[in-house]
Amino acid sequence: MSGPDQGSTLSRVGLYVVLVGLVLFYLLPLEAGIVTSFKTTGAYGSTQPFLPAFDGLTLEKWTGAFDELSGGLFNSVIMAVPATAMSALIGSMAAYGLTNVDWRGQVGIYTLFIAGIFVPYQAVLVPLKRFWSQWVPLDVWLEPLWLLPGLTSDHGGLFALMITHVAYGIPICTLLFRSYYKAVSDEMVEAARLDGASIRRIYRRIILPLSVPMFAVALIYQFTQIWNDLLFALILIGGSGDAAVVTQELVGVGQAQEATDFPLQMAAAFVTALPTLLVYIFFGEQFAKGVTA
Amino acid sequence: MDAIRSWLRRRRSNDGSERELRTDGGVTGAPEREEGLIARYRRSDAVRSAPFWLPAFLLVGLFVYGAIFWNILISLTDYSGLGDPQYGSFDLENYGRLFSETGSYSFTNAFVNTVILLIAFTLICLAFGLVVAILVDRDIRYENTFRTIYLLPMSLSFVVTAKMWLWMFSSDGGLVNVLLGVVGIGPIDFIRNPDPNVQLAAVTFALIWQFSGYAMVVYLAGLRAIPDEHFEAARVDGASLVRMYWRVIIPQLRTATVSASVVLMVFALKAFDFLRALYGSSTPSVGTDILATKMVRVAFDNNQVAYGSAIAVVLFVMAFSIVTPYLYSEYRRGAL
Repeated sequence: MSGPDQGSTLSRVGLYVVLVGLVLFYLLPLEAGIVTSFKTTGAYGSTQPFLPAFDGLTLEKWTGAFDELSGGLFNSVIMAVPATAMSALIGSMAAYGLTNVDWRGQVGIYTLFIAGIFVPYQAVLVPLKRFWSQWVPLDVWLEPLWLLPGLTSDHGGLFALMITHVAYGIPICTLLFRSYYKAVSDEMVEAARLDGASIRRIYRRIILPLSVPMFAVALIYQFTQIWNDLLFALILIGGSGDAAVVTQELVGVGQAQEATDFPLQMAAAFVTALPTLLVYIFFGEQFAKGVTA
Repeated sequence: MDAIRSWLRRRRSNDGSERELRTDGGVTGAPEREEGLIARYRRSDAVRSAPFWLPAFLLVGLFVYGAIFWNILISLTDYSGLGDPQYGSFDLENYGRLFSETGSYSFTNAFVNTVILLIAFTLICLAFGLVVAILVDRDIRYENTFRTIYLLPMSLSFVVTAKMWLWMFSSDGGLVNVLLGVVGIGPIDFIRNPDPNVQLAAVTFALIWQFSGYAMVVYLAGLRAIPDEHFEAARVDGASLVRMYWRVIIPQLRTATVSASVVLMVFALKAFDFLRALYGSSTPSVGTDILATKMVRVAFDNNQVAYGSAIAVVLFVMAFSIVTPYLYSEYRRGAL
């Protein structure tokens, strides 16, 4: 026990009342949203927001939301999964290159990386847009290369988005891995070195196997960040089109209707949130490590 | 063990003559003939480890720092999104324009909103997170469950939370208004309220819902790092619970406070996604812009790209006037 003494029974009861109240504060919006997503438009108007509508329980809004978002879900997956893996791997390599070798200047480069975590994306949007559309117009260059069925040249924007997410994920991944590698026993690495192992061999044989828990943290953190982003997607992919990711499509859901269709909007919000919610439910510990790093 | 011993000896001798000291007879250095400046350079750690840090360095250098520099250049042109930016003549016209705007769509107004959001959001998140962390730290059962629930909203996208709170705040069956109705307060349209302060307060509230759990876990880690004896000593002194936290415990949470507030402020500066999902690309009817949304609308929806870049530079300067002192203190502390 690290806190102070347990206090009287009465204050313990009060404590739990407050804690449960906080649970309601954090969960009630989610609960009400989920409940609402299973209502028909008619039942929505006639029931309390946080109570289910027993007569009008329906999956109609979920299937509707899934139909509207399926293209975005597909694009988000094919963009976010490779981007997550690449940023974690490159970040791990950078952290190794900036830790277990003795050279001045590594702290300087590392500081530059860390500062990169805090850059507001607005400060780079105009150059990124120009870079990917005028200098390296991937949608034009890659057009003949697209072999996957259903992908159009629009998806060059998706590729640009992927690379951009990799670049912006590297700083935080480097931070995660570097603090971890600093704790890795220097003696072990030095010993391997003096036995003639090359830098590359040490990474592959010693560092990489040791990094598995940190890869879990970095992958979970990165996946959440990339999946949840709207700003980069909005700028690099544009308003609509075949390459829109799921957050972009979610913004537009339910806006065409004359009256706001809240059940549909809630269903769409949860379809979008489902991947990161599942990641959080199954890997909450690693998620917490990532965000507090 | 031999290897470690020889490594220690090499460190002590410190003249690079490691090959003589090898006990296993192996050769690690470059062949004899490759002496001289270039050869030594090639063997140096910086170069040999380059394959590891160089890809990251190039990507970050190009997409982060190169882009920031380019953005500054563009902010000095009068690029409007048609054709190419003219780098022939630079002037500070866009920066002058920032301060000449007046009214509720002006830069000044967006700047003030940004600062209000930043301060209100950060302070309330910290205070709320601290209280929750202290409660969770009181040796409760199911601590993991409580902690998991409090942090849960942070895993959601800004767009998802914006959709949820758009509904929560709506006067058409939204939960907040239904609850307010129970205590007899009539439905209030928070999101499209004619009073910009009401809109900002609603946005701040939703962001606190999403991020206070983050302040909680940072503080909880800070509390766990305080030795039990400090609690003990305060109790022996007969200090009341409030006094003990206020005088003994909270002052020791300085590091946690600093790092949490830096991160929260950066979140607030990035709250673009949330507001964009709430309000779309149109100009808000009342002055509820923050710099992050104004920049995107100016540069990409209204095609005043150079002007938008100037706003982005201001945003960047704000972020780095928060982050630089923090990074410097981390550096002094040896944490980098």
